[in-house]
Amino acid sequence: MKGPPLSNCERRFLLRAIEERKRLDGRQCYDYRNVRISFGADYGCCIVELGKTRVLAQVSCELVPPKPSRPTEGILFFNLEFSPMAAPGFEPGRQSELLVKLNRLIERCLRNSKCIDTESLCVVAGEKVWQIRLDLHLLNHDGNIIDAASIAGIVALCHFRRPDVSVQGEEVTVYTPEERDPVPLSIHHMPICVSFAFFQQGTYLLVDPSEREECVMDGVLVIAMNKHHEICTIQSSGGIMLVKDQVLRCSKITAVKVAEITELIQKALENDQKVRKEGGKFGFAESIPNQKITTFKMESTAVDTNDVEEQAEEIITKAEPPLEVFAKPILHTPGTAQIGEGIENSWGDLEESETEEAVEEESEIEATALECLKMETEETGSMRETKQDEAIVLSDSEEEEVVILEPQELPKKTRTQINTNQENTSKKAFNKRRRKKRAAY
Amino acid sequence: QYVPVKGDHVIGIVTAKAGDVFKLDVGGSEQASLSYLAFEGATKRNRPNVQVGDLIYGQFLVANKDMEPEMVCIDSSGRSSGMGVIGQDGFLFKVSLGLIRKLLAPKCEIIEELSQLYPFELVLGMNGRIWVKAKTIQQTLIIVNILEACEYMTAEQRKQALAKLSGN
Repeated sequence: MKGPPLSNCERRFLLRAIEERKRLDGRQCYDYRNVRISFGADYGCCIVELGKTRVLAQVSCELVPPKPSRPTEGILFFNLEFSPMAAPGFEPGRQSELLVKLNRLIERCLRNSKCIDTESLCVVAGEKVWQIRLDLHLLNHDGNIIDAASIAGIVALCHFRRPDVSVQGEEVTVYTPEERDPVPLSIHHMPICVSFAFFQQGTYLLVDPSEREECVMDGVLVIAMNKHHEICTIQSSGGIMLVKDQVLRCSKITAVKVAEITELIQKALENDQKVRKEGGKFGFAESIPNQKITTFKMESTAVDTNDVEEQAEEIITKAEPPLEVFAKPILHTPGTAQIGEGIENSWGDLEESETEEAVEEESEIEATALECLKMETEETGSMRETKQDEAIVLSDSEEEEVVILEPQELPKKTRTQINTNQENTSKKAFNKRRRKKRAAY
Repeated sequence: QYVPVKGDHVIGIVTAKAGDVFKLDVGGSEQASLSYLAFEGATKRNRPNVQVGDLIYGQFLVANKDMEPEMVCIDSSGRSSGMGVIGQDGFLFKVSLGLIRKLLAPKCEIIEELSQLYPFELVLGMNGRIWVKAKTIQQTLIIVNILEACEYMTAEQRKQALAKLSGN
């Protein structure tokens, strides 16, 4: 079951808002959402929240024979899964394109960048190596899965401790956590993905798109960088044309963001380390605050209210003229006047029908009845305006004509529609060709 | 999750046009159907101008657990009374069903206080969807954020927030 489709209204609004550099949650173009990292009781388990997007990462290890082509290297295995609770469209067991793409991206980012020293995972060359398995589960999808997943992955890997081993000749001893403290993995650097969403053929660019923004974006550029300003992976999807300086600008922004996020990760890891050492409580039960259903807590969104003041003043100054426009009645013929514009015709193309003159007769009679009423009210009002060429647009259908009833003439004469460019003279004879049929319902 | 109820006014998104009938997503377990004749002034030749992706405000004619729900955009006397295709601008967002009922209660304070801020148009659907249109994008965004936050704010906090905005 797919989620609700994106309506045209939302799409248009989002694009217009982006053109004015406004985002739904009040962020700036280059702002990230709040990143929150919490650790589980086990080593290697963590949850990363990027705004409302949540990813759970779990690292586990196992002793296995190595690959024949690389007998001295450990094995890394990455797996990203979408949980059905992430979004209505996700079903278990369904390999969507997005999932495959993200999996490949995570693999390239973490494996090809050699952030983990695989040689250190070797226990007995050719016989036993550690296989490190990283499982990522998407718990909630609110946009920008790849960033959250990459942060979760690298944090979990940094947090993970593998059992200590010692090799004496032919014997390999694997120590349990009680015997010897588990050993962290040797990680050279921390690559973090930053995604940029492009809109309007690359004119506008947003960092960390939310789910709605992702639906309307043209394409996305993902750059994985570490804090030493080395680009580990770069991928552009969506078929957008990017100019060189755009990519360079993105990489500069990435450098700044990665520095911030790396600092955050370090702090979180240190905190957790401290808590564990002091024997305090740790784990998800502590780090994830109790969220009741009728919660009264919500992150306050900083909505920019700077422009609003000016707008309010504009509204006040503009308030008078619109009133005038509608208050002036326009005189068509003596005794008939019209105040304001009619509503624009929102019907589609009207079909022509020459055979249904009987219906036309009916509608004509209805029209005349209405106009008689109008005449009476206008005569009592007696507003004489000499402005005769005010535009009255009742419908933009060129076929429809509205003919004005002359009060002293026979009801056969009907009203003509006045176009913006036409001059209005009340002495013309008009044909009535009212095509809009008001069939009895 | 919204459960369609007969007589409820909801905002639906058109997902498909199948000949004479539109299929709308109303946030329930099934899509609702809407005949093109169920608009004010519609005839077989005079079709309403509805595209896929448009927003429609209508009420349920048939809604029980055995059948696919059916919607109409006219009331029993044949007049539209505000229902039909919702205009092109503005923004649609989702809130909880409880908040909608609160907002629809007569003399809702939230709406009154908001209307003193700026003029805006508002359509509330019982399926949790709200459509807002204000003069500028900024104002629309502010209204959207306030309505979403109203769920969690007490009356005091809300008055404070609005006072801050109007005094701004």
